[in-house]
Amino acid sequence: MDMNTFRGLTTAFLILVFLGIVVWAWSSRRKADFDEAAQLPLEDEEHENGKGGLVK
Amino acid sequence: MDKSNTYNDTVVRQFTIMTLVWGIVGFLVGVIIAAELRWPDLTAGISWLSYGRLRPLHTNAVIFAFGGSALFACSYYIVQRTCHVRLFAEKLAALTFWGWQLVIVLAAVTLPLGLTQGKEYAELEWPIDLLIAVIWVSYGIVFFGTIVKRRIKHIYVANWFFGAYIITVAVLHIVNSIAIPISLTKSYSAYPGVIDAMVQWWYGHNAVGFFLTAAFLGMMYYFVPKQAGRPVYSYRLSVVHFWALISIYMWAGPHHLHYTTLPDWAQSLGMAFSLILLAPSWGGMINGMMTLSGAWHKLRTDPILKFMIVSLSFYGMSTFEGPMMSIKTVNALSHYTDWTIGHVHSGALGWVAMISMGCLYALVPKLWGKERMYSTRLIDIHFWIATIGIVLYIAAMWMAGVMQGLMWRAVNADGTLTYSFMESLKQTYPFYSVRLLGGVLFLVGILIMTYNVFKTIGSGESIKAQPVPQSA
Repeated sequence: MDMNTFRGLTTAFLILVFLGIVVWAWSSRRKADFDEAAQLPLEDEEHENGKGGLVK
Repeated sequence: MDKSNTYNDTVVRQFTIMTLVWGIVGFLVGVIIAAELRWPDLTAGISWLSYGRLRPLHTNAVIFAFGGSALFACSYYIVQRTCHVRLFAEKLAALTFWGWQLVIVLAAVTLPLGLTQGKEYAELEWPIDLLIAVIWVSYGIVFFGTIVKRRIKHIYVANWFFGAYIITVAVLHIVNSIAIPISLTKSYSAYPGVIDAMVQWWYGHNAVGFFLTAAFLGMMYYFVPKQAGRPVYSYRLSVVHFWALISIYMWAGPHHLHYTTLPDWAQSLGMAFSLILLAPSWGGMINGMMTLSGAWHKLRTDPILKFMIVSLSFYGMSTFEGPMMSIKTVNALSHYTDWTIGHVHSGALGWVAMISMGCLYALVPKLWGKERMYSTRLIDIHFWIATIGIVLYIAAMWMAGVMQGLMWRAVNADGTLTYSFMESLKQTYPFYSVRLLGGVLFLVGILIMTYNVFKTIGSGESIKAQPVPQSA
């Protein structure tokens, strides 16, 4: 393969990877997990109020 | 209570205290060299105290001793709190503390003696480089070991930033420091000429991108939501800008070598990536700022939040300025002038130091089992003194830099230079005085903070180890 074709394909591949990450991050299936994760820094206050944390 | 059911905050407390100690030392050395630029004969010709010896001491002390200690403290605190587990391999964690302090002391001895590899931000000689490599790998084992044994399914975004920083700094440090020793105190880089320069600035710019940016964003992603009392504005944005930031930073290094013997295509590549970098940088800035939406009123009463939000403003400013300065035509004016110094300090004082101070103010009462800091009023005073200091500093350096750039490029009708270098230097002196004043104010700020911290620690009851939440 010509080197420049390879370079072009690499760029296209990386753009697709980036778009894949965007689609993944914005998919509605991730929302619940992300909302839960976003609460982690606020947690010790919650814990003091008697609410439990998230466990694996 | 069983020890494994509590958090290891001992190492966090140790690094917290040393952050303040090294902050004072690093800022003080900065003030001394700023005074040396204003009064070149200040240190009476003592070689140990000359500008060339003390300048690397200043940069190493503020970046690796002050910034590094703050990062160790916050990353160890955050990874435990967001994984619900005690630190992994605690003896190694203790080694990272004592080892890192040893590195700093060795730096403080060898740099004034003039022992240096001559690479910016990587000056330390090869035996110290080896010690750093061992400590950094230990840091990685402690951090990732804690992530592996976590009891929370999700790895919180702050830990992704810390993880990227730990891995990347290990790779950068080891590759850039490869050298051929000829004695205990002297070595030569393994790379020749312009390749050495490119490796150095691949290291140097990623030290900015990962040590001074990604890692402090990790701090930000934990402490800004905590202090604002609301979750981060967009978790999705944090994920996307994380991956974009770490992929793009890697390629921006060549902008440090514009108009050198580095091939032109590499310079243009570095410039293009630096411009793209604006997007993920502002992703982080906007995400941090917008976390406060709906809670802006808290800025009126909480000076800790002021530290954090102003640090994000400086982060946004300097990550706009950086891409702009990487444009080759702009760089033709700015390169080698004090504009660069102004740019670096808007990032280093405005972003790195201010976010660290904000986070430490939030952290110290928690670490020593107190309700709050000894004096909120003193935090507010510190905030204003530091902010005014930064503004004086960077405004002086901007003006000095643009003036120098214009004077250096001015030519007469017959093609000769209009000004000698000495003439531009004489014109710079007033700006050096203002910069010195800005630096002094910033130093006064951390002295106030240190007093406040010690009054906080020193009052009241002893510390109890904090329990790990034991939820079902």
